[in-house]
Amino acid sequence: MSLQVIKHGDVVVVEVDGQLIVGNRQELKQRVLDEAEAGARKVLIDFAKAGYIDSSGLGVLVSLAKRLRELGGDLRLANLNDDLQTLFELTKLDSLFQIADTRERALESF
Amino acid sequence: MASNAALDLRFPSDVQQIEGIVAQVVRSCRACRFAGRQLSLNVPVALTEALSNAILRGNGEGAGKHVRLRADVTELRLVLEVEDEGEGFDLEACTQDPTTSENLAREDGRGLFLMRSLMDRVERFRGDGNVVRLTLLRR
Repeated sequence: MSLQVIKHGDVVVVEVDGQLIVGNRQELKQRVLDEAEAGARKVLIDFAKAGYIDSSGLGVLVSLAKRLRELGGDLRLANLNDDLQTLFELTKLDSLFQIADTRERALESF
Repeated sequence: MASNAALDLRFPSDVQQIEGIVAQVVRSCRACRFAGRQLSLNVPVALTEALSNAILRGNGEGAGKHVRLRADVTELRLVLEVEDEGEGFDLEACTQDPTTSENLAREDGRGLFLMRSLMDRVERFRGDGNVVRLTLLRR
């Protein structure tokens, strides 16, 4: 997995490329926590280039959303493919996150 | 013609091993013409869960421990057996429903649920070590 961080105004966009799984989830967690530490409150994770996500990857997203909400911000998601959409529906995490079809819609939603 | 495959791998108990092993099993399933969704979702996610459970819980991240994976892939089904050096666990008792209001915002507790949701059958038993067997019918 590789991560790319792009700033769109006050929104930090994190692009996930590859699988988000037990072996690399801490990388995403630390990257977003570093951004939050530096003052970011609106974070968008873009999964357009992502592969599959396991339960620990889902857990990291839950943890980051909780942290950002504690800080008065929010974590939102965009570009889930059909497999990821199924995972979020199975686990009902689609009810916990605001999920947009495109990055543009997600950015407008903040 | 599809090509059946059997894998028998023994590897160090390290989560960094998981992605490569999963890719190997997915390749075997692709050769047996499993459906696209099974190749991109069911097999990789369920196997990742089984391997990470074996490494992190079964073996407790113990240095020097190993995990064994046996995979038997045919045109009809995939059978995976993941064996660790732990004492085992009660599959029913350990499977939580992560979709309830009290569990929804938890960081953990989705692994067994996903395994069981994405496979046709999940079993646990004692072999030489603690074994989790996953079965998926080809669609």
